Amino acid sequence: MPERAFIGSGAGFAGDRSDAAVAVVEALARADGPRFLMYETLAERTLALCQIERRKDAARGYSPAMERMLAPVLARCLGCGIRIVGNFGAANPMAAARRIAALARALGAPAPRIAVVEGDDLTGALTPAEFAAREIDGALLAGRQDIISANLYLGAAPIAQALDRGADIVVTGRVADSALALGPLLHALRWRLDDWDRLAAGTMAGHLLECGAQLTGGYFADPGFKDVPGLAEVGYPIAEVEADGSMVVTKPPGSGGVVDRLTVTEQLLYEIHDPAAYLAPDVVLDLTGVDVTEIGRDRVRLTGARGKPAPETLKATVCVDGGLLGEAEISYAGPNAAARAQLAAAIVRERMRKRAPQLTIRTDAIGAVSVFGAGDNTLALPRGAPDDIRLRFAAQSRDAAQVSLLLDEVEALYCAGPAGGAGVRRHLTPRLASASCLIERRYARPRVTLLEEGA
Amino acid sequence: MPVPLHDIANARAGDKGNRLNIALVCRDPKHYAAIASQVTAERVAQAFAARQPTRVTRYDLPKLAAFNFVLDDVLEGGVNASLGLDGHGKSLSFLLLAITVDLYPDNR
Repeated sequence: MPERAFIGSGAGFAGDRSDAAVAVVEALARADGPRFLMYETLAERTLALCQIERRKDAARGYSPAMERMLAPVLARCLGCGIRIVGNFGAANPMAAARRIAALARALGAPAPRIAVVEGDDLTGALTPAEFAAREIDGALLAGRQDIISANLYLGAAPIAQALDRGADIVVTGRVADSALALGPLLHALRWRLDDWDRLAAGTMAGHLLECGAQLTGGYFADPGFKDVPGLAEVGYPIAEVEADGSMVVTKPPGSGGVVDRLTVTEQLLYEIHDPAAYLAPDVVLDLTGVDVTEIGRDRVRLTGARGKPAPETLKATVCVDGGLLGEAEISYAGPNAAARAQLAAAIVRERMRKRAPQLTIRTDAIGAVSVFGAGDNTLALPRGAPDDIRLRFAAQSRDAAQVSLLLDEVEALYCAGPAGGAGVRRHLTPRLASASCLIERRYARPRVTLLEEGA
Repeated sequence: MPVPLHDIANARAGDKGNRLNIALVCRDPKHYAAIASQVTAERVAQAFAARQPTRVTRYDLPKLAAFNFVLDDVLEGGVNASLGLDGHGKSLSFLLLAITVDLYPDNR
């Protein structure tokens, strides 16, 4: 049995760089031991949009990022035995698998064994009222019948099974992001499903890798305070995980970025609530005893992840229609710009109060007060506000006419508003609202299919 | 002389629904005690008062020389509902880093 497995990150989100995996794959190709490349490309919203796509066309509904991310490395991975695990199957993992097979043919690569993990899709398994009764932290689903998508976060076991069956590529829909690493580790290091500390270690490895460059200097740099060399060619992370659950995280030699105590600790706590109880499908991870030690340049060792038995319930994300987000912007610059922007905001407020009194409108002055702003619809610009202000209005409703009216009112400022109003842009974006539910485990029926069986 | 946390610590924001977490990591572990005594959940709640958090919890991680702040209901409903530009709250780590700390409170 191998003592060590290698897992590289090929992408940390759907909008990630297409060439991120290239240097990781070259580093993995030189490693001695079982090697895996993981892709996390499935935001809540992405999955719901893919579900809509699938209903329109049964051959679609997988992640739109999949092909551009796999194309640069697929042939190389197949040629040197690096196995790929990704959740880019989204709402249609089987269609994704067929597309990957076609991509491999087009690249002249050897035909891969592709396994599909399904069983996360809960649409139809529970009624809308049953989902609503299981919602946590909110009441979005109460009374809603129009469920667009409902997906359980599956664990790592089906991914490990797929690899046990010889898959070169494992395509999943919704699984816990960390399972994309834990699955390969269960397979390669033969960890038991009740070995809580090792499951915790594998979950920690997945958690560190799942956001790609956020471990290696991305989402980190702050010039003069936290300098990162070579960020334009930042290396994506690689975890070298030992059979005992200890690990070293690093990045490809010669790549940009940095891996040190600070980059690793920031990412270790990213999106964590109680650090003693990070809930995953396979284990509850306790990070409070973890040691983070720099052992060399861009090499950080982590030990001490502890695990507790897996939670009784599984999390699911349920999406419903969120209406339309409308955003419109206009600029005022030069002498007295702040006063003109404030007048413009007051005009829009007065007209909307009469025409769409129910609509909540947010006003921002980009460059003066926006992302830190309170979000109410008054606009109090600070003294000494800049003289180049981008005024922004936003509203959301399932009543499209009201949202469009706001955009019309902002555009009308060109001729009927304060002096020098410039550069109106308006956007309408369909929105999906998402709720989290806790679902009994009996609803989880993961299925593993090898493509030639299912094709 | 109070210094902003930005001079001595790192912060990283993450979101889950309408809940924000901000990890605060000491660049030098020697500053852990001063931050622990002064950057309380109450002070963080004050710094975020405009967003009206319903609860702020601080988790202490002495082995990591770090803290994890969890702020409930500060993201305008979260990334799928917010009208603001930063529905994830990714910029808000720097709101935390503006809090000041007196590194030598006993020498006053």
